[in-house]
Amino acid sequence: MESLEQIKARIEAAIPEAKIELMPNPGPANQPSLLIDNEHARDIARFLRVEPALRLDFCSNVTGIDWLDRVVKKTVKVKTVVDGQEKELDQTTEEKTPGYLEAVYHLYSMTHKHGPVIIRLRTADRGDGARLPSLTPVWRSAEFQEREIFDLYGIRFDGHPDLRRILMWDEFQDHPMRKDYCEPDDYEWEPTPHDDVAEKAKQHYPLRPQLDGAEKITGQEETLKH
Amino acid sequence: MSPTVETLEAMERPPVTMGSRIEGELLEVSMGPQHPSTHGVFRMNVALEGEIVRKLKPVFGYLHRNHEKIGENTSYLGSMPYTDRLDYFCSMTNNWAYALSVEKLAGIEVPERAQYLRVILAELTRLQNHASLLGFLLNDMGAWGTPLMYAFREREKILDLFESLSGSRMMCDYMRFGGCRCDTPPGWMEQAKKIVDRFPRFIHELEQLVVGNEIVIGRTQNVGVLSPELAINAGITGPMLRACGVNYDIRKVDGYGFYPRFKFRIPLGEHGDTYDRLMLRVLEMRESLSILQQAFAQIQPGPIVNPKVKIRAFRPPAGEAYGRIEGPKGELGFYLISDGGPNPYRYRVRPPSFINLTVLEDLCLGHTVADVMVILGSVDIVMGEVDR
Repeated sequence: MESLEQIKARIEAAIPEAKIELMPNPGPANQPSLLIDNEHARDIARFLRVEPALRLDFCSNVTGIDWLDRVVKKTVKVKTVVDGQEKELDQTTEEKTPGYLEAVYHLYSMTHKHGPVIIRLRTADRGDGARLPSLTPVWRSAEFQEREIFDLYGIRFDGHPDLRRILMWDEFQDHPMRKDYCEPDDYEWEPTPHDDVAEKAKQHYPLRPQLDGAEKITGQEETLKH
Repeated sequence: MSPTVETLEAMERPPVTMGSRIEGELLEVSMGPQHPSTHGVFRMNVALEGEIVRKLKPVFGYLHRNHEKIGENTSYLGSMPYTDRLDYFCSMTNNWAYALSVEKLAGIEVPERAQYLRVILAELTRLQNHASLLGFLLNDMGAWGTPLMYAFREREKILDLFESLSGSRMMCDYMRFGGCRCDTPPGWMEQAKKIVDRFPRFIHELEQLVVGNEIVIGRTQNVGVLSPELAINAGITGPMLRACGVNYDIRKVDGYGFYPRFKFRIPLGEHGDTYDRLMLRVLEMRESLSILQQAFAQIQPGPIVNPKVKIRAFRPPAGEAYGRIEGPKGELGFYLISDGGPNPYRYRVRPPSFINLTVLEDLCLGHTVADVMVILGSVDIVMGEVDR
């Protein structure tokens, strides 16, 4: 298989406006990946599938990753003049990197039997901007897996044909695979369909004739005596 | 075999929403989760026109316990017993897939004897998985009990082997990073050889029972036909993919473990229907037996685990790795991201039976309710893996 640099050059030749970044992987696995921009993601994906030399027709694994906000402390030695003498002082600066969510696609080729080529998409932030273009129209194997990412990570996939929760129930509120997810102490308060059903049942059946309180008690006592 | 953009994009995809409960003449029926043929707590929302399926939406998650979150909060070794619970029929291959991914992540070598043992155990797992699947499938078709019990009789012998090796019949927890947990007890290999030598008789019997059976042919041929283009695009793997005629077996493609040392063939189907999926498993069992015979002839005494690996306080270097194996149900992969700590930062399972369910609706449309059971049975799902 071609190296990732060659694949990157190939994509850039075909789609000149695409922005692609090579993400190194420091570990011994030696599986670097391509970070592609969201705007041209579907074009790039389609190109990877159709291009005769690559033919990445099999999208094996799709998954999400949550990267939290990071604060990187940097210590720089600054020379300043204190009381007429030049001194070196440590100056710490905090650099904040906002968090984001990632979707990672592992691509293989069944035609040429090579792979994996790993592409990743990155959301703008972890809040309202957690949107990505869906690649389900290109590889249908992403259909359930993107639903799972939506369910567990909360990334909305634009253009997905059927974006619903898949493992958690529909009324569930949060996204449990996020790193800052807090488990509720008590699941019982969650609104379940049973409550709605109970409301409907109340409307359906006529209420029982109201008994006077005294009658009720005496009636019960009589049954107890017998 | 060469899908173009046009054929795939225009590929008929079923309508998405279920809409109202009764839509025109369609009647919505909820099949499952408490249905004996759904192999666990699996539900299908089916819209029927008479007895013909017009829409089908799989609903699952009843067994969901967020396995991946547990994996992220546990040490690398601590996740190993949890992988047994994914596909509880094939704990040995689950162990192997996880161990393989961690070995990729940390760059660990595996000694020779451990590699051979892994192959032997994976093929034994494949044998018992396929045997019991065939039993269950015939069970779903109405052959109550008898074929299933024949299959379970053989499975029991293999589970006994697993028990004498690992101490547990199903939750084996046998593989370790860089090898296996313990060596075989005395006499184990002879016992395994005996079982493998006798296994062809069972396959022969089962084949005689199934192949020419008029009911089986009537129920399975031309039922649930899957085209190779759709199968590739939908990420179908394992026997279900090869039944469509696509030659893709990760044992051959990736050549992980010691599989390049063995001679075996990849059986391929022709029509992609339920009958092909059924028969392909019979043929795969034969190939597994041939691999086992070769492995018994080649295996030599030696160390069972790489002594350089620190099993406890195991911290792989920062990075990420995706490792995959050919499980009995399809491609089983583990995707791990390490930040240098004792727990994985990200732990992802690529479950084959979850992704193989993507095309369930396409397979079932236009067939009767009774066929849905047979098609679902031939997909070979285990809910422990689908819901995770």
